[in-house]
Amino acid sequence: MFINLSRIIKSGWLNFRRNIWLSTATISVFFLALFVVAALFVLSFATTHIARTLEDKVDISVYFAEDTPEYNILDVQSRLLDFKEVKSVEYVSRVDALETFKERHRDNPLIQASLEELDENPLLASLNIKAYEASTYEVIAQFLERAPAGSLVEKIDYRENKELIERLFTITGNIKRAGVIVGIILSFIAMLVAFNTVRLAIYNERDSIAIMRLVGAGNWFIRGPFVVQGMLVGFAAAVLSMLVLAALAFAFSERVDAFIPGLNLLGYLKTNALLIMGVEVGLGVLFGGLSSLVAIRNYLKV
Amino acid sequence: MIYFKKVSKIYPHDSVALKDVSFEIEPHEFVSLVGRSGAGKSTILKLLIAEERPTSGSIFFENQDIGFLAFHQISKLRRRIGVVFQDFKLLPSKNVYENVAFVLEVMGAESKQIKEDVPQVLKLVGLEKKLYNFPSELSGGEKQRAALARALVHRPEVLVADEPTGNLDYVHTWDIVNLLIKINSLGTNVVLATHDKEIVNKLKRRVITLEEGRLISDEKKGKYLI
Repeated sequence: MFINLSRIIKSGWLNFRRNIWLSTATISVFFLALFVVAALFVLSFATTHIARTLEDKVDISVYFAEDTPEYNILDVQSRLLDFKEVKSVEYVSRVDALETFKERHRDNPLIQASLEELDENPLLASLNIKAYEASTYEVIAQFLERAPAGSLVEKIDYRENKELIERLFTITGNIKRAGVIVGIILSFIAMLVAFNTVRLAIYNERDSIAIMRLVGAGNWFIRGPFVVQGMLVGFAAAVLSMLVLAALAFAFSERVDAFIPGLNLLGYLKTNALLIMGVEVGLGVLFGGLSSLVAIRNYLKV
Repeated sequence: MIYFKKVSKIYPHDSVALKDVSFEIEPHEFVSLVGRSGAGKSTILKLLIAEERPTSGSIFFENQDIGFLAFHQISKLRRRIGVVFQDFKLLPSKNVYENVAFVLEVMGAESKQIKEDVPQVLKLVGLEKKLYNFPSELSGGEKQRAALARALVHRPEVLVADEPTGNLDYVHTWDIVNLLIKINSLGTNVVLATHDKEIVNKLKRRVITLEEGRLISDEKKGKYLI
């Protein structure tokens, strides 16, 4: 048993080496298929990142009527924090708001001058609320409109931007879904092409397979080396696709970062290196071996 | 040792390859199967290695009915028979040594035994200097000698040769025939299918003559009839 296994592996390796051009061609096709899968990882990372960045930018601000006592506002704040969906609630008092406003427009003498003219602070106190999930903003807005908080509220920013925010989330959701679907279709096509390459390679060997049968070789003894060969092709292609991915990441990481701020491609690949490598190598070896196994079936009937 | 009892082989569209053929081969015999092409010689050999199944009748190899072997038993049968084909059927991606060693590997022989036996049998057929050449680098005669070495290396009980000299010139033909005689003298059954009149007449061994799928003569020290 052991001697057979070692002979099968050795023979598979020899075939792989001696038909180096055929192996190279098959590796190239497998490489493309696996690279599509690797690109999927990166794509899903990028879309998740973009969606998250967009979601992060969304918040709702609730402005309180001019004469609302501060303890009322703080009371609303603490009650909002009781929601487990709420990530943070930032209180901005009227004085703070004015400070920020002045600071932001300090280069604009006209605004500075008109502020001087006013006796009273024209700005309202507000709470800036961030939620973990965009979908919960609706619930939070409804809570704020209801009594007892409702009577104090002057306006809620969310109501004004509602449509824009919702459209944004439909778009990011669609991007994620489309990415997954396109990815699955692409990988499927790539795998079909890879499988067909293996079929052609084995078709090429059909005479040899018949000869092996005629001199009394059992099916596993014939199949084995082809399976080993397929696994070697898959392994080589996986390693190659990892190398190319790493090279591309090194070359373009900075540019990607400039294009989509905060998208750290290299960092992502580094932290997920083991996972991606495992998936690539596993997929390559499994698919290579399986392709050979399936493709050889028709030729073992002699 | 080998028994054909009323064996018929009919291919689709009523193409009759063999019709009611019966004969028996004793141990150590050297039997020539002769006849024109299409007479049924190759069919008999294909039935013998279970490459084809008979339409009717039975074929026994010792006490095993080989007409109806299960798929996995076929390889076991073939390991007891050495086969030489007209078109050599060497594995193109293996060198001479590996082609011969393959048969022993298939049988699960020890590596040590393979290292001893393969060079020995290649020396017997005069290919000791071509061990590491690939089939594409050999002449026709060398290819057939390599194939013969492969058919012999596992010491089969029967050696089957289907027109082994069909693609060879005069000198190489006699190389092969002399090797077959030598192998037979060492105790192996030889079944030789040929349409070479000269070989058959010089051998002066048993001759089975076929015509259009029927056995028309079977003589102990036969001559080429047709």
